[in-house]
Amino acid sequence: MRFAIASFFIMMSITSAAQTDIDGIMMEKNALCIGPMFGYSSWKNYWEGTLKRENLNLGTVSTQMYSVMGNYGITKKLNVLFGLPYVKTKASAGQLNGQEGVQDLSLWVKWKPMTAKLASGRLSYILIGGFSCPVSDYTADFLPMSIGLESKNLSMRAMLDYQRGSWFATVSGTYVRRSNIKLDRNSYYTTEMHYTNEVKMPDAVAANIRAGWRDKGLIAEAVFDGWNTLGGFDITRNNMPFPSNNMDMKRIGFNFKYDMPFYRQLSLTGNVMTTISGRNVGQATGFNAGIFYVIDFTKKKKTDSKGDKK
Amino acid sequence: MKKIFIPIILSTVLLNACNKDLVETNLQYPSLQPASLDINAGTWKPILLTGPTEFPVAAPIATTTPDYIAQVNEIKTWQANLSKEEKNLVNYWSAGAVLRWNEIMRQLVAKHNIPPYQNADGTYPIPNANNPLAYPQFPFANPPYASRAYAYVAAAEYDALVAAWYYKKLYTRLAPYKVDPTIPSLIPQSDLPSYPSEDAVVAGVVGEMMKLLFPGDQDFIQQKIEEHKKARLIAGANVRSDLDAGEALGKLVAQKFVTRARGDRAGAAVGSLAIQTQFEQDCITRNEIPWISQESPKRPGMLMLFGRVKTWLFDSVTMVTTIRPPAPPSTSSQKFKDELEEIRHLSTSLTTEQRRIAHFWADGISTPTPPGHWNQIAAEDFVKQNFSEVRWARNMALLNMAMMDAAIVCWDAKYVYFNPRPPQMNNTIKTVTGLPNFPSYTSGHSTFSAAAATILGHIIPSNATKYMDMAKEASLSRMYAAIHYRSDCEKGLESGNKVGGYAIARAITDGAE
Repeated sequence: MRFAIASFFIMMSITSAAQTDIDGIMMEKNALCIGPMFGYSSWKNYWEGTLKRENLNLGTVSTQMYSVMGNYGITKKLNVLFGLPYVKTKASAGQLNGQEGVQDLSLWVKWKPMTAKLASGRLSYILIGGFSCPVSDYTADFLPMSIGLESKNLSMRAMLDYQRGSWFATVSGTYVRRSNIKLDRNSYYTTEMHYTNEVKMPDAVAANIRAGWRDKGLIAEAVFDGWNTLGGFDITRNNMPFPSNNMDMKRIGFNFKYDMPFYRQLSLTGNVMTTISGRNVGQATGFNAGIFYVIDFTKKKKTDSKGDKK
Repeated sequence: MKKIFIPIILSTVLLNACNKDLVETNLQYPSLQPASLDINAGTWKPILLTGPTEFPVAAPIATTTPDYIAQVNEIKTWQANLSKEEKNLVNYWSAGAVLRWNEIMRQLVAKHNIPPYQNADGTYPIPNANNPLAYPQFPFANPPYASRAYAYVAAAEYDALVAAWYYKKLYTRLAPYKVDPTIPSLIPQSDLPSYPSEDAVVAGVVGEMMKLLFPGDQDFIQQKIEEHKKARLIAGANVRSDLDAGEALGKLVAQKFVTRARGDRAGAAVGSLAIQTQFEQDCITRNEIPWISQESPKRPGMLMLFGRVKTWLFDSVTMVTTIRPPAPPSTSSQKFKDELEEIRHLSTSLTTEQRRIAHFWADGISTPTPPGHWNQIAAEDFVKQNFSEVRWARNMALLNMAMMDAAIVCWDAKYVYFNPRPPQMNNTIKTVTGLPNFPSYTSGHSTFSAAAATILGHIIPSNATKYMDMAKEASLSRMYAAIHYRSDCEKGLESGNKVGGYAIARAITDGAE
């Protein structure tokens, strides 16, 4: 799911391999997969515009995240998902106070309108519409210590998933429409002065490619993702970051999900991600881990469905 | 397939539904229509000029001469073919010359208000006015630097406009739209004589002052000057000879202020490590704990000799004997420990409202600084007062001379007492804005704000309570941010009030009231 696991400033997914908004897996009808996750990421270097640097007055900036996420199958082809993280930031050097609080609530509708056989494999087409908005009054105007960017986001994602045997690959592209945000001050400078408390947040596009092994008990996959802000400005020399900076990044990582062999409602998920290039973002590396549980609300099937839910 | 595309179309509509365009306060300002022409402003007391005729302005050519008629035709040629951009330019500048140039100043301050990055050996480079575009660019427009820039420009504008008003009344050449009624005026008409042009006077002053204050931004400033003059021509408000005479007068008056600036000791304000060590030793000799930079690598204190810069509203003896605040609570006293504990407690228990206040008044790097913030506050209220340009300049000069003197008074206290900041004394204290790199006592925000609130309350008495409440809030914001003790804030407000009092003393004797 997409959490501001603070790949510096940006809301980016540090994705677990459970059913999420970013993978090609659907929940069965009337089944709910839900569980807690913990995430940690940190960066010491960041890109000031395109210049990579460290900041002795920040040291290492770390972000911890505790979240609850869930996925419910309305039908096998139509799922709804949610995520709600609590985020805490900290700098190891300097005087800046960290922020902590409940960040943004995310909701998605995931729809798989079409599956087709293709070259002895199965190709699925999936559409995911998302919405997220802050649920506490944190401030985005305190980067890099802010826990989020405050904008309300609408996202539209198109995804193709291909599975052949136990091997699979998923690609998706996302457009993120971001609302303007409001600062606690009534003027601010970007590349010119603005006399308003409102900041125009540029939209963004994201791409995600993942591939690996997927069968009933285990998912193991390599992930590449990219985020590109469509506009915004660069951090000037030795300046502080600002929410409407032109934040771009590319990351690689690895995910797994493992179903407990003797109790298959329960699964463990884990993820590691690292940033390989960026602009106006931190070079973050992080991991997360979660435990998920499947509750089946279907009354008629009592015994034979456990293994098929995930 | 159709059902696949319906959600795509729907979401595209949804994604583009909300308009993101900003409504910016300063672009909503109406055209300036002064409540009074202040036609006798030529008799007001200038700041540096010996009198309004120190720089003579030649008599204008008669409106019946072929030369004048040619100048009127220049306006007509422009007006025959106006683009949307040109109309926007006219509207933008019609809000007022002093106002718009004040905004431009604030933008330049914000652009340059970023501390230089360290050298490889852990020292810090100092911006060089003779090589302003090399890194670190000149200037580092920190709060004292900014207060001085705002003050010089405003004071020079005022003197130049007093002179301009003297000659306007003397020559009484009317605006082109009055001379030739076939010229439509694109802005509200005025009976104020148009020679020399008050707009060009202001542009001339600022253009000249900025060579000193923002030497690396000349292309931007010259472009604004050209746009400003063009806007006046297009509007039918000035002929070229109005503009030329105004700009020339503005430049001459500015020279007088440039000369003062070159000798006001600000050039030496950056100090040196040897000077800083001396302040430190003096503090230790008094059995007090000295301030230490909390930056890494340690950065020399900001403009450590700014307290010795030449003041506007009182002399240096008055400053030391009458205005300098008493010593802060001793770092070994119980009162100091109590005040430190108060900040530690605040920093761990901020309410949402307190945090909002800390951010609203942060005025840190990449902002127009606290003096710029007060210029914004003043400008927004002055717009509603319909002041003439000369009264705008006079009020801005009073405000900004007060704030520059407040900076001098505050910086004097900071380095004389060399008092440590809360996070130095207790490293568990974390701040909600950047920790300023200079000693704690007294609070700059408090001093600036009280000085500004006092003189603004005199200029617009109906707002006096509001301004003082704002100053107190600005002062408290520094405690919420965990970067100042209560004594810093309270004594800062007191000395700011005193400085503001000197500005009022000038205001009631300058002939404008």
